[in-house]
Amino acid sequence: MNREPGNREPTNRRTEPTNREPGTGNPRTSRSPPLWYKVLNVTNHAEPIHAHAIADIRFIRETMERAAAFTAVPGWGGVVMGVSACLTAAIAGRPDDSARWIGIWLGDAALAAGVAVVAAARKARRSGVLLSSAPAVKFGLAYAPPLAAGVVLTVVFAATGLGTRLPACWLLLYGTAVATGGAFSVRVVPIMGLCFMALGTAAFVAPPALGHWFMAAGFGGLHIAFGLVIAKRYGG
Amino acid sequence: MADKSVASRQSPLVRAEQAKLAKKSPLELDRLIHERLRLGIISALAVNDRLTFNDLKRLLRTTDGNLSVHARKLEEAQYIVCTKSFDGRVPRTEFSLTAAGRRALEKYLAHMEAIIKAVRE
Repeated sequence: MNREPGNREPTNRRTEPTNREPGTGNPRTSRSPPLWYKVLNVTNHAEPIHAHAIADIRFIRETMERAAAFTAVPGWGGVVMGVSACLTAAIAGRPDDSARWIGIWLGDAALAAGVAVVAAARKARRSGVLLSSAPAVKFGLAYAPPLAAGVVLTVVFAATGLGTRLPACWLLLYGTAVATGGAFSVRVVPIMGLCFMALGTAAFVAPPALGHWFMAAGFGGLHIAFGLVIAKRYGG
Repeated sequence: MADKSVASRQSPLVRAEQAKLAKKSPLELDRLIHERLRLGIISALAVNDRLTFNDLKRLLRTTDGNLSVHARKLEEAQYIVCTKSFDGRVPRTEFSLTAAGRRALEKYLAHMEAIIKAVRE
């Protein structure tokens, strides 16, 4: 299939001889076109050379993106996590610094983590990348530290009576994790992280009683919205 | 990111290729990396310091035999370097791009860009 651009034009010029075109009065060709015409006619109708060039550049870009970025961020998994967060916000209600409220959200976090891992593994398998590949490892290494900080701060906030401020803390640190991990993924992922960070910052400014609305808007709304975008644009 | 850096360095190359097109002198297409799988290997290695045989195989969705044949050709042309080692008892084959390989990819990209620009102008 290697075609030298310089070779194509002379080939095309030979495809339509003035006196031997099939079906135009030549008695020899009234039956069916000769083999040489069929072969050369394929070349005549082939894509122009610049279309090949565009396809080649697109192929190079897509290969580089797949090789460099962690593309197994699960879109549909995000939607499921979002729906689950909306239900959790309805069940848990307003943040009240109780062990029950924190426990419900930690349960949802564990469920969401499970959904994310399974969905990412399925997407990675489908798209032929390994979760142990270099981009995936970089994503994980950048994603984990803010989450670890979130675990520490959850304990500190709960122990010091700041449980009502946990929604802002969780949104901010989860957003940081997504934004830093997203540096090794497709562009929409760090944007999602920044949205979480903005929402977390707003939650710190807003009255603590509105925390469950911020949780529903962030872990619910943002997950669903960005999950749909990722699923549509990046294959599931 | 890495493809942007390649793109930013290639404009003189693109101009050179366009000049060739303008003079109607024949463009030298690097047939070695024009083939899809070899182009894929070079492109993937351009954005990673090194990739294992299995990484490349999964990334390019190809077979062991196909990948090793094409990788060997790139290695013979000194576009890539193959390093064999052991991870415990498991053999590990890693590939990385050489300076010649990176130059070849940049020239190939410039060539393609020149063709597209020539048609658009």
